[in-house]
Amino acid sequence: MHVVIIGNGIAGITAARFVRKNGDARLTIVSSETEYHVARTALMYAYMGDLRESDLKPYEDDFWTKNRMELVLDHATDLDTAARSVQLASGRRLTYDRLVLATGSRPNRFGWQGEYLDGVQGLYAWSDLKTMQRVTEGITDAVVVGGGLIGIELVEMLRSRSIDVHFLVRETAYMDHLFSRDESELIHRQIDRHGVHLHLGCEVDRFEDDGNGRVAAVTTRDGRSFPAAFAGIGVGVHPRTELAEAAGIETNKGILVDRSFRTSAPDVFAAGDCAEFRRPLVDGRTIEQLWYSARRQGRILGLILSGKDLSYDTPVFYNSAKFFDLEYQTYGSVPATDDAGLETRAWQDGTRLVRVARRADTGALAGVTGFGIRLRHDVAATWIRAARRATFSGQDVRELAFDPEFTSLPHNDIARELSAWT
Amino acid sequence: MTRHTDTAVATDLTLRWLVRGTTATAAILLLTAVFDIWPFKPLASTGTAMLLLAAAVTIEVSRRSGWRSHRIHHRWAGMLTGLGILGTLIAISGVGQAWPIPMFGLGLGALTVGSTWMILARYRSTPEGVDNHGVMTNPTMNRGAAGWMLGILMTGFYVLVYWYPSALDGLVRTTDWLSWAMRGRAADHWFMYSLVYTLAVAVFGIRAWYRYRHVKYQRLRTLSVVFVQVILAFVLPSILVLFQQPEFYFSYFWPLKWTYLWPGDYGMGWILADSGRLGMFMIGWGAIMSFVATPILTYYYGKRWYCSWVCGCGAMAETMGDPYRHLAPRSTASWQLERWMIHGSLLVIVVATAVLWINSATEGAMLGSLSGAFAQTYGFLFGSIWAGVIGVGFYPFLGTRIWCRYGCPMAAILGLQQRFFSRFRITTNGGQCISCGNCSAYCEMGIDVRWYAQRGQNIVRASCVGCGICSSVCPRGVLKLENGPADGRLGRPVLVEWEDVDILSGYD
Ligand SMILES: Cc1cc2nc3c(=O)[nH]c(=O)nc-3n(C[C@H](O)[C@H](O)[C@H](O)COP(=O)(O)OP(=O)(O)OC[C@H]3O[C@@H](n4cnc5c(N)ncnc54)[C@H](O)[C@@H]3O)c2cc1C
Ligand code: SF4
Ligand code: SF4
Repeated sequence: MHVVIIGNGIAGITAARFVRKNGDARLTIVSSETEYHVARTALMYAYMGDLRESDLKPYEDDFWTKNRMELVLDHATDLDTAARSVQLASGRRLTYDRLVLATGSRPNRFGWQGEYLDGVQGLYAWSDLKTMQRVTEGITDAVVVGGGLIGIELVEMLRSRSIDVHFLVRETAYMDHLFSRDESELIHRQIDRHGVHLHLGCEVDRFEDDGNGRVAAVTTRDGRSFPAAFAGIGVGVHPRTELAEAAGIETNKGILVDRSFRTSAPDVFAAGDCAEFRRPLVDGRTIEQLWYSARRQGRILGLILSGKDLSYDTPVFYNSAKFFDLEYQTYGSVPATDDAGLETRAWQDGTRLVRVARRADTGALAGVTGFGIRLRHDVAATWIRAARRATFSGQDVRELAFDPEFTSLPHNDIARELSAWT
Repeated sequence: MTRHTDTAVATDLTLRWLVRGTTATAAILLLTAVFDIWPFKPLASTGTAMLLLAAAVTIEVSRRSGWRSHRIHHRWAGMLTGLGILGTLIAISGVGQAWPIPMFGLGLGALTVGSTWMILARYRSTPEGVDNHGVMTNPTMNRGAAGWMLGILMTGFYVLVYWYPSALDGLVRTTDWLSWAMRGRAADHWFMYSLVYTLAVAVFGIRAWYRYRHVKYQRLRTLSVVFVQVILAFVLPSILVLFQQPEFYFSYFWPLKWTYLWPGDYGMGWILADSGRLGMFMIGWGAIMSFVATPILTYYYGKRWYCSWVCGCGAMAETMGDPYRHLAPRSTASWQLERWMIHGSLLVIVVATAVLWINSATEGAMLGSLSGAFAQTYGFLFGSIWAGVIGVGFYPFLGTRIWCRYGCPMAAILGLQQRFFSRFRITTNGGQCISCGNCSAYCEMGIDVRWYAQRGQNIVRASCVGCGICSSVCPRGVLKLENGPADGRLGRPVLVEWEDVDILSGYD
């Protein structure tokens, strides 16, 4: 059997690894981004000089030959599902028994005037890193648009080179759809402490040309203008579907799949950022765009391709991020405001914050979030799955905490505060 | 009040007391010098007092300025450090013999104060938190021209110390005053070397403290290595010498300090020869530490209790070596080589110890006069070339733990125990790893931490010295050093790779 995978991101690579673990199928992985799989989550560290570019490769180069996976650096331009073949830009043609589309995402653009000027870009691909390194060389002013996770990463990257940054966020608080007011404020303080000019409730109107096709400034709807030799855009991503679409595979926002990752074409599967589930997962979501979900989807798909009878379900949700020096971890669902049958309580001390959510009707634990505090994944997830009561003892908090040894946490106070539901 | 300002206030208070204490000590020393009422020579007391005063003034000026103008600080501190390097070279060239005290001030003294100042200027003004920006692009830290120069200088210094000590006489003389003060005799090149080593650990200990000050594990660990180096490995042996006792290091044990359990002239003979009861205690201490305390401590805490909290080689690696930790070779091939070499080294030392004892018991029947040559060759190869010249001199080329990874027999034993019989592990926090690679890049032992973390598997490796840096630099809080129950710490990958089911998936 020949399994061809388009995309060497975490979804495609994990699928390949699990196919190999469970059998002898011939594996070919095509990507036009990089020769080897790289962790795009670490692009910022390569830019800031925390990591060498080679550190972004999670596997040593001989891993692929050892595991008999053929890596092809090429772009898939066309797909013929009837002939079961993929056309590559170089002219090579691959025939497959099973095809995996793991083509990932692309950064959003909203049709702003000047959004394709030199120096205006998102951060997604390896080439974005390279361009950004080149165009930010020696500049002093920049603007970052969009208050999401990539936006703040872009800000941190620029600040590491002492570039003056104006950070334009449409919402009135950073990520207010996800964070409660006190949480957003923790992040505002981080942003402030690192010398960033944060503009909340600020929408972009256009990017100004310097006369040579390069960005010079960013103008906002309310008529303000910020100088910028670079403008970073972090306003979300959308699934990359062009290959599937051209082949007549059903797509909506993403490539439509069932819970076994089957697309509308026979023996063509899709997983990771590019896939959209026909039937919603928990909380009505149909697209998952995280490293973790792409990895998990890849794993289950790999097992399915190896003949296992499985279907995909999201686990207890989890995610994490770091806002400058502030670590953030979340498990389950913790809403930004008490609603939809969930109520929350928080303990806070300076930059450390823990928030729990429970179901208003049953009192069962629904989720937990930590800022400046690390939480143990298996403990949190097990509790949430078991729907345990959302009251805690000091010992519970001790079990939940994952901070390095000697970190002092007032476990009992936290427990008391988080259990005092009214 | 946030934790950030809490620490700032506490540090400020500590600095105030430090200034007061230092000034008072200097005053007392000056008085003893004027009235000549101390076992120290007036020369020594005056020298010490002047240096203490200089340090006090530097700290106080910097403290008062609130570190706001750190650029200005940086410039002055840099100039002072440069002066220190120049002064040291001038002292070596022979001027040190003529004007020992002034040349100490202009040489090692200026170097110490200048580099401390530079470190404070760099880190006091930046927010707490991991800051590795630019580490991988800085030529000094990445085998650029400056890195090569530094490596050659350091290696050269070791070559001189071991084989051409007379070339360093100028520098040795500038440390005479301290040697008189501490040991009641003139300095030799080993004293000068220990002093330089200890100063390096102390000064760069301050750097390590500031760099990782947001993590208490790192603060305590740094305090520990600096304390052990300064007190147990520098002050205490000097005091023993002052009281006519053998120069013994309470923080080193067989098999790292092999001679402590070697028979006769090659080893403990010299301890027993002229020191009676204290000598017996030293031998006993060494034996108990090697065979009783070490296994127990390693069972409970892993090899870290020694390698990154106590050992002097570790102390250097964790402080002065910190800027080079990412240079550790990390390929699979280097790991295979490491396993052969380090276990080979352990084998050699065990066999050597046994042979020397048999030889001594049979009064030389086995090796005859060869045993002396044997002991010397071993000391030369392992003690000088391996641990010293390459072990430290090559920091800017191959990272900081070359000796610890490829040569140290102590690390080999502790490692075997850590791997197979210990409660220590690095726990991986479920599926939170994003494969970014920070942990692997900054592991000074060249362990591919990410390989385990991204599969959700705990890290149990013989070579891990438990420095905790992987945990500190991980941007997703994935890694935690722990001493848990011994069973279940290896096991199968817990969350990510479990074949068909995992506890988070909804398939169980
Ligand atoms: C800067 C950044 C930081 C992030 N940080 C986090 C984080 O901290 N946590 C988290 O959970 N998620 C994070 N994410 C999101 C996460 O990286 C993605 O969800 C994940 O990488 C998606 O993986 P994937 O395998 O589905 O797709 P991708 O990684 O996008 O891989 C798709 C690959 O397919 C290639 N490809 C597409 N079409 C073709 C074609 N026709 N021919 C050949 N090759 C093709 C692409 O070039 C690409 O290499 C981050 C993303 C970015 C950009
Ligand atoms: S694995 Fe972590 S704790 Fe162990 S030596 Fe490497 S960096 Fe230090
Ligand atoms: S530093 Fe943390 S997130 Fe990054 S690879 Fe290591 S364990 Fe994973």
